Amino acid sequence: MQDNPYADDRGNKDRSIANPKGGGTAEGWDRKGSARPAPGGLFLMGHKMTGGYGRGANILNDCTISVEKGQIAVIVGPNGAGKSTAMKAVFGMLNLRSGEVRLDGEDITDLSPQARVAKGMAFVPQTSNIFTSMTVEENLEMGAFLRRDDIRATMEQVYTLFPILRDKRRQAAGELSGGQRQQVAVGRALMTQPKVLMLDEPTAGVSPIVMDELFDRIIEVARAGITILMVEQNARQALEIADKGYVLVQGANAFTGTGQELLADPQVRKSFLGG
Amino acid sequence: MAEHETEAGLHDDWRLGRFLRKGVLMDFLNGLIAFLNFVFVPGLAYGAQLALGALGVTLIYGILRFSNFAHGDTMAFGTAITILVTAVMQKAGIGLGVLPTALLALPFGIAATGLMLLATDRVVYRFYRKAKAAPVILVIVSMGVMFVMNGVVRFVIGVEDISFTDGARFVITAAQFKEMTGLDEGLAIRTTTAITVVTAAIAVALLFWFLNRTRTGKSMRAFSDNEDLALLSGINPERVVAVTWLIIAALATTAGVLYGLDKSFKAFTYFQLLLPIFASAIVGGLGSPLGAIAGGFVIAFSEVTVTYAWKKVLTYWLPDSLAPDGLVQLMSTDYKFAVSFAILIIVLLFRPTGLFKGQSV
Repeated sequence: MQDNPYADDRGNKDRSIANPKGGGTAEGWDRKGSARPAPGGLFLMGHKMTGGYGRGANILNDCTISVEKGQIAVIVGPNGAGKSTAMKAVFGMLNLRSGEVRLDGEDITDLSPQARVAKGMAFVPQTSNIFTSMTVEENLEMGAFLRRDDIRATMEQVYTLFPILRDKRRQAAGELSGGQRQQVAVGRALMTQPKVLMLDEPTAGVSPIVMDELFDRIIEVARAGITILMVEQNARQALEIADKGYVLVQGANAFTGTGQELLADPQVRKSFLGG
Repeated sequence: MAEHETEAGLHDDWRLGRFLRKGVLMDFLNGLIAFLNFVFVPGLAYGAQLALGALGVTLIYGILRFSNFAHGDTMAFGTAITILVTAVMQKAGIGLGVLPTALLALPFGIAATGLMLLATDRVVYRFYRKAKAAPVILVIVSMGVMFVMNGVVRFVIGVEDISFTDGARFVITAAQFKEMTGLDEGLAIRTTTAITVVTAAIAVALLFWFLNRTRTGKSMRAFSDNEDLALLSGINPERVVAVTWLIIAALATTAGVLYGLDKSFKAFTYFQLLLPIFASAIVGGLGSPLGAIAGGFVIAFSEVTVTYAWKKVLTYWLPDSLAPDGLVQLMSTDYKFAVSFAILIIVLLFRPTGLFKGQSV
């Protein structure tokens, strides 16, 4: 990113002419390609992904992430391992230099992120994952932006999953507590009725009680048949519920296996789970 | 005791009579009408025009994330096209009777400005959007666009002062008002003033309805709030940008035409309007549509009150002994932009978020 001369604001801090708030960083929104049939393979698969932001160095190196329909896959790893980047790459928010992304028998590498939403993918980023100036209800409506049918039933499901949101639906989402914000974020993503839900550290910055609660809700969502791919700091708890686990180190796969296998692997335990 | 009370009452009556005979009440009313006629009504019209301009600026700031220096010239472009269409309509004998023909030509002006803005976006701004340019770069880019548009407008319509209003000049003239009320001062309401206020009110109502109630409007607010998340919700950024430019075209052209009807059109004046418009948007709180409207009126009323010669009103309102000798004009009208500047600086110093807490600043 640093080597983009246009992104250099030359130290301008004058907000009366330039609005720094809410600007986009995602790449690939202007991608014009379409999906190609690519039968076989797993339900969602980022295959041998290599890439980085802008013209910067590679962050992902031949990284492969996949998840089977209706299962939960979890990505763990140390800070800076490229976990969030891998998620963004799967969602098309950075341009891959090589590798491909497949969903449900189609190669979607050339699709823009907004086109992937239409294909049934949903993503909850780690930060800035709600529209703070809009009400809870408007957040959910925006989640369902692409749908032209009646969204009230889905909204009702979200309110059933997260009852507190029903009480707060007329309140600006930015006024809610951290845990409630995460619920809005997940709720917004569920409004498209996605096939795949991708969560980037959904429990970051919430209290342990809320964390357990969120994990329960995520399992509930998975039981409803939605495929889940998530990044989690809280590796042990996440691997316990995972059908498949990935340990990333420096943008490459270090260990792969079922959640239980990874939990049992002495090397993984020693390096990443604190013994 | 009773006698005394009656006597006091009589005394009061005598005083009230003297009060009326001396015409203190009449003086007050005359002063009030002079105030309304020379300060309030012009301020209201000017405020409405600034508010529409500031709404455009604040929308670009909120959604496209930069201050658009080309806004004044966008207004000039829209007005120039409207003037040309008005001329054609007048030749063809199409008119609106008592209302100015320009109102009929306005939709054509908006359409042409919309196309021009979309073309500008395609040719200029899109490149920087793709390059993820910092907002301050876009500010400078908009300055370049401003200079080009400056030239285009002068090319199309020239540099002279153009008056293009027709139809009835007054809703009510000063003479009619005096006759109706028997006061010495008249309150004249010009057709263009009435049209300005009504049109601005309709435009603002439509805009708020659009932003808060429609799917597209909400998607624009979502995009303004968080661009990446809007993308993740399937909102197409290019569409949001295109719709925003079209709304800007409507707001800018309407503001420009109303200003031109009320005063006159001159390319350079419209360029100069940039300062009070930016001041309005910042005073109100950049990014806040409600603030833009409030800011427009604050700036307009300040400009008018500071540059108005208060002698007439004060002569009515103050006792004869205190009647002013001079004009009681705080500043010559040549300095009216200084007022916008001063308010701008005061607001940035003491309340940088503006009256209505804007998105930032």
